Amino acid sequence: MTQALSIQNITAHYGTTKVLENLSLEVGEGELVSLLGASGCGKTTTLRLVAGFLEPTSGKIELGGKDLTRLPAHQRNIGLVFQNYALFPHLSVTDNVGFGLKQRGVTGPAKTKRVNAMLERVGLAPFGDRLPGALSGGQKQRVALARALVIEPPLLMFDEPLSNLDAKLRVDMRVEIRQLQRANGTTSVYVTHDQEEAFSISDRVAIMHAGRIMQLDMPETLYQRPANAFVARFVGFENLIPMMVVARDGDGVTAEAAGGVRLTLSQDQFGAIPDAFTLACRADGLAVTTGADGIPATLGLRTYLGRAYQYQCDTPAGHLTANGPLTRPLEIGAAARLVPVPEQCTILAPEAVA
Amino acid sequence: MTRNIHPVLIALTVLVFIFLVGPLIIVLGAALSDTSYLTFPPQGLSLRWFGNIFEIEAFRRTIVTSLEIAFLSTGIALLVGVPAAYALNRYRIQLPGWLSTLFILPVLVPELVLGFSLLKNVATQFHAPIFISLVLGHSLLVLPYVVRVISASLAAFDFSIEEAAISLGSPRLKTFFTILLPNVRSGVIAAFILAFITSINDVSISIFLTGPGISTLPIQILAHMEQFFDPTVASVSVLLMGLTVAVMAAVERTLGLTFFAK
Repeated sequence: MTQALSIQNITAHYGTTKVLENLSLEVGEGELVSLLGASGCGKTTTLRLVAGFLEPTSGKIELGGKDLTRLPAHQRNIGLVFQNYALFPHLSVTDNVGFGLKQRGVTGPAKTKRVNAMLERVGLAPFGDRLPGALSGGQKQRVALARALVIEPPLLMFDEPLSNLDAKLRVDMRVEIRQLQRANGTTSVYVTHDQEEAFSISDRVAIMHAGRIMQLDMPETLYQRPANAFVARFVGFENLIPMMVVARDGDGVTAEAAGGVRLTLSQDQFGAIPDAFTLACRADGLAVTTGADGIPATLGLRTYLGRAYQYQCDTPAGHLTANGPLTRPLEIGAAARLVPVPEQCTILAPEAVA
Repeated sequence: MTRNIHPVLIALTVLVFIFLVGPLIIVLGAALSDTSYLTFPPQGLSLRWFGNIFEIEAFRRTIVTSLEIAFLSTGIALLVGVPAAYALNRYRIQLPGWLSTLFILPVLVPELVLGFSLLKNVATQFHAPIFISLVLGHSLLVLPYVVRVISASLAAFDFSIEEAAISLGSPRLKTFFTILLPNVRSGVIAAFILAFITSINDVSISIFLTGPGISTLPIQILAHMEQFFDPTVASVSVLLMGLTVAVMAAVERTLGLTFFAK
């Protein structure tokens, strides 16, 4: 895949505060990459650097092989979709969409034709004469999308485009955005703090934290095989249990956690297990049982999840969150065993946790 | 819907109205009086004192001067104030807080002090021509109004709109004129009117800066009163009031008076 956008070793500061540290990111032609993270992680800063609204302290940004780093924002030819739509309030829908074409010297019938075709595609053909104030949130975001797409930019960037919409519309719009993006084959960068949104819309997702990319991978990989403790926690591996191998017997590995807790894990099911590792389990990955094996636990608060009961558990290996079946609710203070479920657990190498 | 309005409230409201409108009615009455001295209620009705304004050369001249100064100083204040208000709002986070206060200072300093220091430092020190000093003095006087009013309308402006325009290929400066200004148009008009009226009505700064041959209308009114006590001053006042009302009515028609309430 050819690289359309290439961000190379970017460092950026706000005043004296470092907000991005040596960040690199390659986005392939026609690919949609999301930047996912909590506020302040640097995702919006990255987008603004690429758009040209901020200047990096060091590093380089290339688009289609052309160096953008010092190019003024209005010459970068990048389509932007903002969280608050940022439509021009004094211009009609048609003029909003036609604005970028006008800047490019496209006027008259050629402009009208392209604007109308784009309004048709986003389902807003009857609304051309309206002012933005007379549109609903979803319609406004469609206009913003049309306005960014009509200039046929080599790169499209979204800054939390769905945060101002209600939950139902958010899901509809993200499907629409993805369909338009795929149909046009526009290389895209999508900034969001919503994990489900990022995973559902993207080819690849970069999980960001403190100005750095913690992991950049396909959503499936991120979800099942996080590369480090931060990403593991981020994608829902609530329980991180540091362990040391004490005995190996072919496929079976016996490992010990804090408090002398011992587990025997099958490498066939869990994958290769190094001598020191962290067992990362989702709440679903620790089954609450009353058998003889597993981590001994005293059950605390029980909450109802619909598909299971969730328990806050005290164990010799520390506090853990585990799920138990709906058929047998257990009471606070009851003794139980927590058994790792291979499909909902992953093994983190020691260097990934450091 | 039934309403019980307390009689004291009604009485107070009427009193406030009398307090606000009373003097204006007295001035209007005096201006229409047929007598050759100021009196109220008017004795006889006549428009001759209005005619008299234009027969006195000093009034004719100062009306023109006042209008010139008002237009020029308001223009200068807009040229300085609009970009200043833009910068103060656009870079609010990066700029130190005292900077916006700096632009209100001319209102905080007593106008007499401002006028006197301008006389000493601009007119006397640099031998600036009287007209130039007046224009500069008035520019300074009305600048705070411009900055405040434009700031108020920029406070509601979403600057990502500007970034959207830039990302679509519009250069920064062009964006300022095609995107930002049309969206604060009402603020600019309101600022213009406030500044214009403030300049036209100013006495305390002008009194220091006027000199031989050049005066403004309010100063001429004062000078006239010192020598004559005829209803001309009242009719000039009515004329000024009329001008203000006309301007306000025009704004009310086009934009609504809420712009002054901001």
